[in-house]
Amino acid sequence: MATGLKDRNLIAIIGDEESVTGMLLTGIGNVDQNQKANFFVATQNTDSSEIENTFKEYTHRKDVAIILINQWAADKIRQVLDEYTLTFPTILEIPSKDQPYDPTKDSVLKRVQRLFKD
Amino acid sequence: MAAVRDNVFPTRMNLTVTKTRLKGAQTGYSLLKRKSEALSIRFIDIVKRIKEAKIKMGQVMNNASFSMAQVAYTTGDIGFQVRENAKTASFKLISKQENASGVLLPVFEKNIQSGNSFDLTGLGRGGQQVKNAKESYTEALNVLIELASLQTAFLILDEVIKLTKRRVAAIEYIIIPRIENTISHIISELDEQDREELKMVQSKKKTIESECSIIELKEIDEESDLNNLEIAEYSAKNILIDQMDSDLIF
Repeated sequence: MATGLKDRNLIAIIGDEESVTGMLLTGIGNVDQNQKANFFVATQNTDSSEIENTFKEYTHRKDVAIILINQWAADKIRQVLDEYTLTFPTILEIPSKDQPYDPTKDSVLKRVQRLFKD
Repeated sequence: MAAVRDNVFPTRMNLTVTKTRLKGAQTGYSLLKRKSEALSIRFIDIVKRIKEAKIKMGQVMNNASFSMAQVAYTTGDIGFQVRENAKTASFKLISKQENASGVLLPVFEKNIQSGNSFDLTGLGRGGQQVKNAKESYTEALNVLIELASLQTAFLILDEVIKLTKRRVAAIEYIIIPRIENTISHIISELDEQDREELKMVQSKKKTIESECSIIELKEIDEESDLNNLEIAEYSAKNILIDQMDSDLIF
């Protein structure tokens, strides 16, 4: 569990242009030697397989601690998110400019609610 | 369930050993139960904080999006410029671990390094808005980092609580009854052995006693024989008196 926790110091983001630009302004953007960025701009027309591949790439990276993903993008790969059980990196669903945040869709909040039902 | 017990040989030593094991199991049970309760309290606290943070996140992200819209209005599209300028992260995280009742929970902390490459973005126009956007997004990111720590803690605690509860249940419903069954089995077996031994001893005693009595009887018989013999001897004709022998003269 603790292995490599020290190396995880980046925040990755998958989202629309506004969210990504805003987050990059704070200085989280990182491009490594292999020209692999830790941010991915998706639009409503982006293929879900492309989002899925990016998501999987980020989850396999050893230096990513948190993955931010716009909720609409998360909805596109909901199946993958629900199956994701690892603790690191942590997945956070964030609202985008166009869509308000819907807590009932969030994979983690779903677990919270399921716990409180029984 | 009642028949389930450890396969041990019923001896006094095993009884002592099993009793020690029962004591150990009970101590372990109470400790694990306390751990599970402590974790549950923390878990509920984390869930509450997650709910609050999620609501707060909605608000700060709203603000951040609005400030971004302001940037887009005054400065125009800076997205491409910003993305091209991203080389190395100045906003990084430090992952720490916090110990909660023996469970290591990760805590993310921000680690801002100087040299933000976007200081000059919007220098031509809308610099104020860009700065605002930067600040509101940083604020949003702080909330998100807190939320990420809480969420990770939530997932880990969920797992650990399940595990601990399973262990507590296993000790309460399987291990302790099994040890108790073993103890009662050993005790009953020992009792039976004792009873059997007692019976054996008693029966031996009886045989010995009966043998003794037979011997006594025999002895008595022999004694009476002896007496009879004596009487017979006494009653035997006194040859010295009855027969008159002629005197012997030397």
